[in-house]
Amino acid sequence: MMRLPWFGFHSPRSVAEAAKILAGEGPNAMLIAGGTDLVPNMKRRHQAPKTLVSLRRVDELKKVSNGSGLRLGAGLSLTEIVDSQKVRGAYTGLYQAAAQVATVHLRNMGTLGGNLCLDTRCTYLNQNYEWRKAIDFCMKSEGDICWVATASKRCLAVSSTDTAPALISLGANVKLVSTQGEREVLLADLYKNDGIDYITRRADEVLTEISLPDSVGWKSTYWKLRRRGAFDFPVLGVAAAVKFAGDGTVEEARIALGAVSSRPLATKAGNSLIGKKLTDEAIAEAGAKAQNVAKPMDNTDLDIYWRKDVVSAFVGYALRELRGDDMRETRMRIARQVL
Amino acid sequence: MNAPGNPSEKMRTRRRFDTIGKPRRRVDGRAKVTGLTKFADDVVLPRMVHCKLLRSPHPHAVIESIDFTKASAHPGVHLVLTGKDFPISYGILPVTQDEYPLANERVRYVGDPVAAVIARDEQTADEATRLIEVKYRLLNTVSSAEDALANPEPRIHDYGEQGNIHRLQAFEFGDVDEALMGSDHVFEDLFFFEGNTHLPLEQHASVAAPDGEGKLTLWSSTQVPHYIHRALARALRIPAAHIRVIACPNGGGFGGKCDLHNHEIVVSRASMILGRPVKICLTREEVFYMHRGRHPVLMKMKTGVTKDGKLTGMHLQTLLDGGGYGSYGVASTFYTGALQTVTYELPRYKFDACRTFTNKPPCGPKRGHGTPQPRFGQEVQLDKIAEKLGRDPAELRLGMVAKPDSLTANWLKIGTIGLEECIRLVVEHSDWNNKRATLPPGRGVGIACGSYLCGAGLPIYWNKMPQSGVQILADRSGQVTVFCGATEIGQGSDDMLAAFVAEVLGIDAFDVRLVTGDTALTPVDLGSYSSRVTVMMGHAAIQAAERLREMIVDAASHELECSPERLVMAQGRVFLSEDPSKGMTFAEAIVFAETKYGTLGTVGSYSPPRAPGRFKGAGVGPSPAYSYTAVVVEAEVDQNTGWVTVPKIWVAHDIGRAVNPVLARGQVEGSIYMGLGEALMEEQIFRRLPAKMSHALVHKFPSMLEYKSLTSLDMPEVFTYLVEDPDPNCPFGAKEVGQGPLLPVMPAVANAIYDAVGVRIDEIPITPDKVLRALELKAKGEAPRVGPDHFPQVPYPKPVYVKTPWEGGDGNETKPADRKQAVAS
Repeated sequence: MMRLPWFGFHSPRSVAEAAKILAGEGPNAMLIAGGTDLVPNMKRRHQAPKTLVSLRRVDELKKVSNGSGLRLGAGLSLTEIVDSQKVRGAYTGLYQAAAQVATVHLRNMGTLGGNLCLDTRCTYLNQNYEWRKAIDFCMKSEGDICWVATASKRCLAVSSTDTAPALISLGANVKLVSTQGEREVLLADLYKNDGIDYITRRADEVLTEISLPDSVGWKSTYWKLRRRGAFDFPVLGVAAAVKFAGDGTVEEARIALGAVSSRPLATKAGNSLIGKKLTDEAIAEAGAKAQNVAKPMDNTDLDIYWRKDVVSAFVGYALRELRGDDMRETRMRIARQVL
Repeated sequence: MNAPGNPSEKMRTRRRFDTIGKPRRRVDGRAKVTGLTKFADDVVLPRMVHCKLLRSPHPHAVIESIDFTKASAHPGVHLVLTGKDFPISYGILPVTQDEYPLANERVRYVGDPVAAVIARDEQTADEATRLIEVKYRLLNTVSSAEDALANPEPRIHDYGEQGNIHRLQAFEFGDVDEALMGSDHVFEDLFFFEGNTHLPLEQHASVAAPDGEGKLTLWSSTQVPHYIHRALARALRIPAAHIRVIACPNGGGFGGKCDLHNHEIVVSRASMILGRPVKICLTREEVFYMHRGRHPVLMKMKTGVTKDGKLTGMHLQTLLDGGGYGSYGVASTFYTGALQTVTYELPRYKFDACRTFTNKPPCGPKRGHGTPQPRFGQEVQLDKIAEKLGRDPAELRLGMVAKPDSLTANWLKIGTIGLEECIRLVVEHSDWNNKRATLPPGRGVGIACGSYLCGAGLPIYWNKMPQSGVQILADRSGQVTVFCGATEIGQGSDDMLAAFVAEVLGIDAFDVRLVTGDTALTPVDLGSYSSRVTVMMGHAAIQAAERLREMIVDAASHELECSPERLVMAQGRVFLSEDPSKGMTFAEAIVFAETKYGTLGTVGSYSPPRAPGRFKGAGVGPSPAYSYTAVVVEAEVDQNTGWVTVPKIWVAHDIGRAVNPVLARGQVEGSIYMGLGEALMEEQIFRRLPAKMSHALVHKFPSMLEYKSLTSLDMPEVFTYLVEDPDPNCPFGAKEVGQGPLLPVMPAVANAIYDAVGVRIDEIPITPDKVLRALELKAKGEAPRVGPDHFPQVPYPKPVYVKTPWEGGDGNETKPADRKQAVAS
């Protein structure tokens, strides 16, 4: 089997202690929450941190509390998110996104914070060392070229988190804590469109909490496109949240896309819906706008042209579901599970 | 051995069975579900050390030098081996001895092993492989079959037909051009079947250990211990008598564990040098590089039909991408054509095949071995024929099913055929008549059929000895121990063996002790491939058991003072048929038998009947019997995206007789699972980079995450029907079930998609982008088809011409001169 490189291990009991260790160890240390992504990546030598700082014993990261909306500890497992009645009741999109991450076993281990910090992925990169050697490496591993598009100056690895688009559409903020203090940022601003430098979290910061605004008047959904009903990372994620007036007129709408960029893509496609009802025409217009900004790359599963071609259709499915259409059959065919 | 009146014949026609046909827990089931089965990786021995292979990062290169001084000096390293330590080439087929355990000069694909490190643990061995410095001189790479035809240089091997063509074959059975000219319609289609791999859950593992006398034992994940035994003796230049190969239970094989593998030779040699056990366990990546799976095949199929829906003749041409070595490729190439005549009546048949070498992991046998590809082509083409003739595809097929007890155009002897019943069953249960062409848009049904061998008629090396042997020992404790070289790969080999013996001796299958797959202890059985085990091992087991039964009954009849014919052996007793109270326990009977005959031991063996074909090449295709399958698939296609879902599949399989119906159904459902994966997603495909920048050619995603196969959530509801019409050539009439049910799945999916949305996807896998592209073509009014658009020039030779059985043939080749004369007269 593939073996892990050697590493030191810390298991702090509080965020403050974790932050202190990170500050002391510098960039050679990495946080590990569920480890479902980091451990295989370490086996393949994408990362070989000298020190791992585990968050599993930090109880304060596992809290759920009410604020103006809902505050979720970053250390909650994805299974705990899926099972949370508060999430299911008011933030359907987040529930559907979390429920479709990987498999039951991985959701039992993987955390919400971990899924938000998920490293970008690329089929030219997420292979073992020997494989990468066979293509003479790439700019994210030991080489200097991006094989996805050889003229590209930046790494095109793709953002593959499911929960980030859902949370972006829901208007979530995240809290980051370091020995320097804490800050809260809009989740959409946590990310950068660069496969290597994809996140604005500093190496000494711990992502501690996700806060969701009040959900009154909002409906949300998440559609995940992938080859199979389990395991797979998204090749397209469509998260949509719409605030309706009493007569069904759209007051606010946010559509975020996953897996079509190096970051979760907060689109402006929702703006075209404001002041309208979700008619077929309005839905088609929003779908077309979203499709325009989606830039799938040939570095994950399925044909890239097809993946672009179907963005509009999937945005349409999401919005029709929010409109109240019965989309259960279509959902079942795509997701292969009741959501 | 199946002459009328012989005991096997009586057994076949017997109505009442105690074990056969009863749904039972398999005899090895408990260990499997509780994790107690010992796979090769579970073998742990004192003083064992570990091996890792350094593999080539280049698809095609000459090794100029290897410097392993640093690796040798690495703490914990015991031994470093390179190609220099293995001067002898090997190969699983006698005609293709083209591999080296470690590349001796040339590497031919990314993953070809170059050096081996043996160290105190796996991690140390792995670290040390990175310290080996190899200088390569890169060569141009050949990436596909067409590429191989277009680029004869550089040659990947210095043997073969020419350039990078490994093998050419051509056969003609009756004048096919004439048949096509006389047809009412001629259909010509191109199909492509992408390569895919076995994906067994168990990765290959081996442990080699010398004993105190210097003799070698190899525990390995292998389907074919006997072939490994032979090949290993040759590769290591050690007498076979000094080698013992033990096939551990396999965590799935599907054909991927049928070769002698380079790592098996490496650990064997290393253990002999070091005098201690050496273990290797491949990573999942390495299993993808080892491969030996489904060949990518491009096909051209020209078929004539009469207006009332009878086939008149077929000309099939195949082009195979063989990868870097021969493996079983010569046989695979034959199989892309050999069984095309067995399903439907085909009066004349011509078959040209070509296998090429490319710089990719070698292809070989995967479940269905060479036949799923042309099966896909023919079944999709039949759907097109049915539409053109305005016929129901199920009814068209019913009208052309091959005849039982007949010869095919290419001289294969068919026995029983349950295909008509299979078709009727899936048609009825799927409500085919109310669904075909009538479901709402986006939903459809498709049908396809297939047939498969119940064991290859000939072994892979020429000999006239039995293909399976069974030995039974029984002693006064009542214990029965059965020895057979057959190999448990998850399919139920052990359960079949126990069941046959238990049935004949009238004891419980759980009471039969089994020793299998061990070349030191068990009689030769050729292994778990070609769906041969139930039939061949079954015959041998029944013969051995009947010989033992005869002794037991004789001794018991003496005690009971009756004639042996009046005795019955059942439920652990030997008793008078007319008065069951008069008798004794099985163990008591054994005591009498052992008293009378001395130590009790019997053997049985089996050789398949001689095939009627006499021409060169007639050895591939014959089998004691053929199984038949029909499948109906219901598919749903999302017209906005091309997304395909398969909610339901109905499958009926002509099994002759189900020895253990639970296992038989498991095999059928497993085939549906694998077939649907091949139909929709599985692809062994390769990454190239821009040619100016790199000549890389590497498996696109050697991992179980990115190489897609179905999850349980993607499985449809499967309705399985077993058709039981006992075949006289089979033990208790039982045919195969391991491979045949796979064959119709892929074309039935393609046909269902056509019924749903009216587009033809003439290649496998059928991915949503292809469906959407075809839907767009349809919307534009163009031909709604996605598939290959040309077939390259292939220098097929003049065919071996053989007259069909019904045109005065005798099974021999007719030389061209004779043929001209015959035409002239």
